[in-house]
Amino acid sequence: MTRLAVPKTYKLYIGGAFPRSESGRTYEVLRADGAFLANAAKASRKDARDAIVAARGAVASWSGATAYNRGQVLYRIAELLEGRRAQFVAEIEEAEGVSRAAASAQVDESIDRWVWYAGWADKFAQVAGNANPVAGPYFNISVPEPTGVVAIVAPQDSSLLGFVSAVAPALVAGNAVVVVASERFPLSAISLAEVLATSDVPKGVVNVLTGSPAEIAPWLASHADVNAIDLVGAGALDWISLEIDAADTLKRVLRPESGPDAAAPALGRISAFTETKTVWHTKSLR
Amino acid sequence: MSFLDYAPAPESRAILSLRDQYGLFIDGEFVDGRGTPFQTISPATEERIAEISSANQADVDDAVAAARRAYDRTWSRMSGRDRGKYLFRIARLVQERARELAVAESLDNGKPIKESRDVDVPLVAAWFFYYAGWADKLDHAGLGANPGSLGVAAQVIPWNFPLLMLAWKIAPALAAGNTVVLKPAETTPLSALIFAEILQQADLPAGVVNIITGAGDTGAALVAHDGVDKVAFTGSTAVGRAIAKQVAGTDKKVTLELGGKAANIVFDDAPIDQAIEGIVNGIFFNQGHVCCAGSRLLVQENVHDEVVERLKLRLSTLRLGDPLDKNTDIGAINSKEQLERIRELSDIGVAEGAERWSAPCVIPENGFWYAPTIFTNVQTSSRIAREEIFGPVLSVLTFRTPAEAIAKANNTPYGLSAGIWSDKGSRILAVADELRAGVIWANTFNRFDPASPFGGYKESGYGREGGRHGLAAYLSPTPIGQAATRQSLAAPATAKPIETADAAPKRTRRTAQRSRTDSATKGSKR
Amino acid sequence: MSGTSLVTARERALAVLGGEPDDATLGRYLHGIPGVDAVGLEQRAAGLGTRSIKTTSKQRALDTIISLIDLTTLEGADTPGKVRSLVAKAMTPDPSDASTPRVAAVCVYGDMVPYAVDALGAAHGDPDDGLISVAAVATAFPSGRSSLEIKLADTAEAVAAGADEIDMVIDRGAFLAGRYGLVFDQIAAVKEACRRADGTSASLKVILETGELVTYDNVRRASWLSILAGGDFIKTSTGKVQPAATLPVTLLMLEVVRDWHLLTGQRIGVKPAGGIRTSKDAIKYLVTVAETVGEEWLVPHLFRFGASSLLNDVLLQRQKMTTGHYSGPDYVTID
Repeated sequence: MTRLAVPKTYKLYIGGAFPRSESGRTYEVLRADGAFLANAAKASRKDARDAIVAARGAVASWSGATAYNRGQVLYRIAELLEGRRAQFVAEIEEAEGVSRAAASAQVDESIDRWVWYAGWADKFAQVAGNANPVAGPYFNISVPEPTGVVAIVAPQDSSLLGFVSAVAPALVAGNAVVVVASERFPLSAISLAEVLATSDVPKGVVNVLTGSPAEIAPWLASHADVNAIDLVGAGALDWISLEIDAADTLKRVLRPESGPDAAAPALGRISAFTETKTVWHTKSLR
Repeated sequence: MSFLDYAPAPESRAILSLRDQYGLFIDGEFVDGRGTPFQTISPATEERIAEISSANQADVDDAVAAARRAYDRTWSRMSGRDRGKYLFRIARLVQERARELAVAESLDNGKPIKESRDVDVPLVAAWFFYYAGWADKLDHAGLGANPGSLGVAAQVIPWNFPLLMLAWKIAPALAAGNTVVLKPAETTPLSALIFAEILQQADLPAGVVNIITGAGDTGAALVAHDGVDKVAFTGSTAVGRAIAKQVAGTDKKVTLELGGKAANIVFDDAPIDQAIEGIVNGIFFNQGHVCCAGSRLLVQENVHDEVVERLKLRLSTLRLGDPLDKNTDIGAINSKEQLERIRELSDIGVAEGAERWSAPCVIPENGFWYAPTIFTNVQTSSRIAREEIFGPVLSVLTFRTPAEAIAKANNTPYGLSAGIWSDKGSRILAVADELRAGVIWANTFNRFDPASPFGGYKESGYGREGGRHGLAAYLSPTPIGQAATRQSLAAPATAKPIETADAAPKRTRRTAQRSRTDSATKGSKR
Repeated sequence: MSGTSLVTARERALAVLGGEPDDATLGRYLHGIPGVDAVGLEQRAAGLGTRSIKTTSKQRALDTIISLIDLTTLEGADTPGKVRSLVAKAMTPDPSDASTPRVAAVCVYGDMVPYAVDALGAAHGDPDDGLISVAAVATAFPSGRSSLEIKLADTAEAVAAGADEIDMVIDRGAFLAGRYGLVFDQIAAVKEACRRADGTSASLKVILETGELVTYDNVRRASWLSILAGGDFIKTSTGKVQPAATLPVTLLMLEVVRDWHLLTGQRIGVKPAGGIRTSKDAIKYLVTVAETVGEEWLVPHLFRFGASSLLNDVLLQRQKMTTGHYSGPDYVTID
């Protein structure tokens, strides 16, 4: 006698909670073979708005945490993910229709990426910052600081690795993010949100929207309280319009990437969402 | 006559030998522009200085083509060491002709000679010296080994620091191996054209730097040109926004240095006399025509009256008048249009209930002038506390606690600069941490140095000028066609470098959807 | 020579301090004064130093400088003859040009006062009236390292001998040790010793010796302390310690004098001394005075230059402006 399975309800992740879309909408997520897999919440512009409010509210504490602490929190995600490897492998197998080996490789790489970025938290400022030898009696130092709220259109052709590759670097410096997950493969993103919710990541630091990037991204790109937008997964959208919208408030923009190297690990992905602040102070013995 | 009525001490104009007419500097030669020429005038007297060519679309095409040829055939193939030597040469020539450049700048811009002589021109030389040394050390620019140049840089600069902004743009561009088409502001082309003569004296290969003059449409045509790989703009946020829209979807890299509404925060334990000087320097330096000007004075409420009283005393000693007089502190407003904008916003301040006080100055009969002005009783909601006036007008607001000071300072879409005055180190550093601005001056203000990155948060633009960061804005981590050799970043096997905030990796050019941005980039003024 | 009366000074100090001028009260007050950012101060001074004073303004400046000089000799080898020579120079700085103003005072050691008074004769008097004062350094100048009794005797002797002005040194050791009350009391006592039998008083210049105080915060506090204690003038240096007068230090002291005037309405004098050797430098000081406290301070009872070699450089410049060509050192007298 087989046991009747208990299917999971996939919701949004906003401000540390898992609400349904305020619109009440869902959409069907299908297996690679076209069979029904699950219903995912179909986020609306109001969900996006709420997510941005949650993210803004989280910036001060996350960016104000010590870099050492942020590094540990990010590393903790890797630990938790490792503990739930099997769940993620199975989810990816089911959703993407790939072999167990391929799904395992994706999870492994995702975990390793968290580890890699976690290690950068208390180092990138040393690499991207400068003590500047100005011609005068001044202490002068340049440091990278988080830009604030980063909206991300996650890579669309990957369940977990693309999502992690885009989100992790934005978190390193202390930004809070609103991520639109892969439309086709949203489930791993929500499962990861469950990991985040039980990790030490403060609520609001990561907010996950599922649904139609084409519908949501314009609201993110034009929102005045978003400081930067990563269009890495927006290649199939009218991303030029998104870039134009983003220009209204001079948002920092990363343009779409495609292929297996999309959102590959790079220090540049961290510094893309930082602002260089230069502080001068007078120096004198007198 | 009192001793304080210092006898006139005019800097001699004899050092300047101006032509009556200036062409465009394209491919190493001065050529006539095909647009309608215009006159450049002295804003202090409204007298004509010279006739300036205007570049039309065909001229822009020629300039970009010249820059492209120079890039392909000469500059991108030249060793960094030799590029550096050219920049060192330019730095030396600027020093040798410093006084001439300063006089031209003050004549054309209206700024006091003591500023052009002691600040602008020395910094111009320093900028070329600094970046000259970078030219053969690009591996250390922070982008990994062997970074590549971008190609042709289109650079559009404002009228407030005509020659200094030219240096900020050209020096890093050339050090990194790019070639340049630069458009100075319509009202201040003179020093850039003298600089073109310096380039000839330096024997810089033809086409490496091209200088085209004209109005906003010339700048718009340059920025929009398909042959351009990099756009660097300093000017108003409105134009910067239009440029950002125009380049959307292209593979142009962009840096924007835009407007500001800097808070200058004075705590009650500030070194008071130096704070007063810093406030004066913060807003009245260069007639307040400074994007990073400390235009919002945030004073701790318990010292407000004392600060304002001391400020008024100090302002009463400022000397407004002939920019070429060595004792002039406040020169002319750069243009009639700018003067009208300052007047309009000041009148709005009065209408909104702020109290206006202007230093007692004798305003010359001709030319464009505005007396140093303070508004007290200004609220955060006042337009004069929110909009960039870009003139010698200071708005005074109060705060009670550090947290309130930070909140008020950050309550603006801009984020270019800020000042902090206090004797308490821990508070200075903590406040500096919290301020959302790219440059923080603590117990000083309006200091600039080629080694020090400058640029804004939020709507003050993106990218940095100055320092290693300013160099990186003209480099690409992956030279086209050499990607295979460049796996050196310490990252997992899949790691690849990508560029910083303002940029994305090179990609196939897409046709930008420009229908929404046709009206972009009108005017280069701040 | 209208030194403020001691009673008035003390009452004013009590009112400003809100208590007895002991170490604790003075310490609280002096350390409550806003700090000085050295870089900003030096930049402001440098900025004032770039003023370009030409033609008629320069002529006026040169004459003003001469009229504000305390022509000084403070050598162990000083003799009556040397002092007479100095006085002659003070009375007739440029024998070739009768329009040259006289200096404000001659400044000598206390035991040389009688010779100076004698040599001045009818020219001895208030520089505000076109006459020449005699200033004497006192209080165990330059170190100030002796007992109060000796300092007071030193002062009283000079005043009795006819000195119009006393240039005292503060006890820098006591100041640096935080014994502000002691410094205050000594200044007040010396001020008392400046009284003459007829009830008038010699003017008191208080030398801070800024080169030993080192920091600008110290200079600012010492300036306030000296004024609170009743000094009529605050003076930078003895000339025996380097650095002596500098433009930033003088600017800072002028700022204190300005603030004191705003607070009490009383005008205090400032005397930079030592190291000012050229007209060009001296003009920077005039500009600094005029733009900090106002040009009404450019009078002998509110501003002095303590200098010896400055006078001849000013005379050379003056001759250049009169004749149109550059003069040479053989065309001015050496004392």
